[in-house]
Amino acid sequence: MAAVGNSVARKDGIGKATGAARYADDIVFPDMLHGRTIRSTVPRGRIKSIKYDFDTTGFTIVDYRDVPSKNAVDLMSQDQPFLAEKEVRHMAEPIVLLAHENKETLNAANVVIEYEEEEPLFDREKSDLVFKSIDIIKGDVTNAFTRDDIVVVEGTYTTGHQEHVYIEPNGVIAVPEGDGMAIYGSMQCPFYVIKALRCLLGSAHPNVRVIQTETGGGFGGKEEYPSMISGHAVLLALKSGCPVKIVYDREEDMVATTKRHPSRVRHRTAVTRDGHLVAMDVDVLMDGGAYVTLSPTVLSRGCIHAAGPYVCDNIRIQGRTVFTNTPPNGAFRGFGAPQTEFAVEVHMERIAEALGMDSIELRRINALKPGDITATGQTLRDDCSAHMVLDEAVRRTDFVKKREQWKGTNRAIGLSLFYHGAGFTGAGERNLKSRARLELTPTGVRIAVGSTEIGQGTRTMHAQIVTDALGIPYETIEVAQPDTSKVADSGPTVASRTCMVVGKILEDCAHEMKEKLGKLSPAEYYAKNGEMTVERTYEPPDWIQWDDSLYRGDAYATYGWGCDVVELAFDPDTYEVKPIRITAVQEFGRPIHPALARGQIEGGTAQGLGYALLERVVMRNGAMANGQLTNYVIPTTLDMPEVDVVMMENPYPGGPFGAKGLGELPMDGPAPAVVNALRQMGMDVRDIPATPEHLSNCAVA
Amino acid sequence: MQFTLNGKSKEISGNPAARLIDVLREECLMTGVKEGCGEGECGACTVLIDGEPVCSCIIPAGQVEGADVVTIEGLGGNHPLQELMMNEVGAQCGICTPGMIMAATKLGDAPTLEEVKTALAGNLCRCTGYSAIYRAVMKWKGMPEPENGDKLVILE
Repeated sequence: MAAVGNSVARKDGIGKATGAARYADDIVFPDMLHGRTIRSTVPRGRIKSIKYDFDTTGFTIVDYRDVPSKNAVDLMSQDQPFLAEKEVRHMAEPIVLLAHENKETLNAANVVIEYEEEEPLFDREKSDLVFKSIDIIKGDVTNAFTRDDIVVVEGTYTTGHQEHVYIEPNGVIAVPEGDGMAIYGSMQCPFYVIKALRCLLGSAHPNVRVIQTETGGGFGGKEEYPSMISGHAVLLALKSGCPVKIVYDREEDMVATTKRHPSRVRHRTAVTRDGHLVAMDVDVLMDGGAYVTLSPTVLSRGCIHAAGPYVCDNIRIQGRTVFTNTPPNGAFRGFGAPQTEFAVEVHMERIAEALGMDSIELRRINALKPGDITATGQTLRDDCSAHMVLDEAVRRTDFVKKREQWKGTNRAIGLSLFYHGAGFTGAGERNLKSRARLELTPTGVRIAVGSTEIGQGTRTMHAQIVTDALGIPYETIEVAQPDTSKVADSGPTVASRTCMVVGKILEDCAHEMKEKLGKLSPAEYYAKNGEMTVERTYEPPDWIQWDDSLYRGDAYATYGWGCDVVELAFDPDTYEVKPIRITAVQEFGRPIHPALARGQIEGGTAQGLGYALLERVVMRNGAMANGQLTNYVIPTTLDMPEVDVVMMENPYPGGPFGAKGLGELPMDGPAPAVVNALRQMGMDVRDIPATPEHLSNCAVA
Repeated sequence: MQFTLNGKSKEISGNPAARLIDVLREECLMTGVKEGCGEGECGACTVLIDGEPVCSCIIPAGQVEGADVVTIEGLGGNHPLQELMMNEVGAQCGICTPGMIMAATKLGDAPTLEEVKTALAGNLCRCTGYSAIYRAVMKWKGMPEPENGDKLVILE
């Protein structure tokens, strides 16, 4: 039986269910100290003085002067310091680090920092410090708006911050070893951490390795911030000579670390009276926070998806991500696309309303088909499935009948059509040159990649691909724990690329290894010839052309496609919305492990419903005021509706066994589907989260 | 103070005002008890105290004097729900899983889906959307997937 396509036993083992799996906070080293971060309490200002108002005996104290080389987190830009020097740009910015062997003593230490406060900038519309701007131009939008046979529909849509709420807060341990340092931690991208530490430490400390411990969720929230925490732990460990563990409590994690970018998207659309899109003029604004982090690429993905899965001859998408005096926003599942796809999908519903047309029909007229050309000029191939998922979702849910039956009641049904590009944008994968390695063992084969298991099933899915490509038993495949000194740099575990891209390199490695093994099994070959490794670099499809200066070309090698249908009940007294059922019809090539794939869809759908209805970050003076799970509410068992998952197959020839990326796709659909259902009840909702407080303010149309 | 931990008598010294989770993790080395929030909201630290699921992060250790405390380690490694949570993918990242399993042990025979949801309402999971957890629990209880429950269809 083939492993691929079957829900085989997971490579995680039983440890997660018995408590034996070791997460960062479960690991203890001899003589280990605990670390604590002293953070700014003003959103903008200059540091006047720092006073240590405690007995400093037994403490290790670190500030920016202890940085061996460069005080900058090396990501896209080097603007963010590990520790603020003179200037503070946001609340909860790290300034001083303390370490002590006793947690209580550590937490009791009082550091008094005086600031010369400056006027903070919170309004993204007023910010003139632009981290990145993007223009995507297709056809002639200005001219198209002069036609006299069109209807023009305009609208502005906003989305709020969203907090990741991985249930395991961030945590790392820095451990001096010989003349070097080992960093153990909860993270998605160990090689990002290595890059950041090389910049921090310079050539004086070359022997650094990073080991990913079992990681209790990421969702993008452990893409960039672990570099910061690891740097802090390393600075304390260098100064003290002892292992140092830093584990955030929930409030610190929520207040200090990254969130999904809040957005404002403006649409102005020309459409013929019979529903053909003529021109789409889209303006995207994202709040980047106080440092660049990953904002340029979040904006990029957001802009590329901003016209939705529709064909239109004239498109202009202008995007900016700007500075504000708030903690930096960063990667979060979907990476800009949930914001812009929310806007375009609610806008499509409003266009249908303006035309007096069925919104399904409007979508059918305009949805992308193979051969159509996207906003960036990409000609879609046969793996485009917009119509397939739309038709199946409408049919399966009896959408039209329910919509008619529930008119005038407190029940409603709404849908969204969406897509998500898999892998890095444009030339990203070509530039990244990810590598993967297979190693022969005495009993089988070891997968040695930096791709992390964060719950999504990396270990299992990679092992399935290698098993079938090599034709050897699944049980003889082992998966190495990511340790940067021992595994190949397969690139970050982000962007729905771990199956489609890294899985593909592994498939190619397996084919090469199979050839080298000849007729021998791995064990026989090992006994006869000893070790053998095969390492390969990713080769994206040769047809991918991308011009980064013009933002034109093949933005993604392929896309996943989805249509979500939400059925909900509304309480007119409390303005509470209760989703009853969500049907998630999604096409992502081919599921490698159906049960894990289903878990991605169910879980991403839950996060999308939280984003739509519950999850509101309250910012007060530039800091999250509700940094607790008591008042930042994510879906519980009692909030979640029934989730019907429908996986459709349309293989992508460049992926392993036809697979595309999946992780992010499910995040894009729920929010617009919920709001479009609410619109059926006459509520003019254009912003999320659609909390009862917000809905009570929505004018009845 | 003295209490029963996973069937064995346990004597601990130290501050009775210390959080039970810290005593369990640091002194008793029961690191299967996870801390997700420290305020009794997420349920990752759920243990059984005299058979009742309780968040160990908001209980002072002194309160379990003489009580019977069971952590995930106390189930051994062969509890059927443990295997089902992995096979049905009720555990993704796994950090909520020990607490989720401890909360589920309170369920009686032949629970309805609503009863399962209510029993687990104090346990947050950010990965699964809970559906796979219901599937694992219902299977453990010998119940069929609920008739109006989630569906999975693969269309090739």
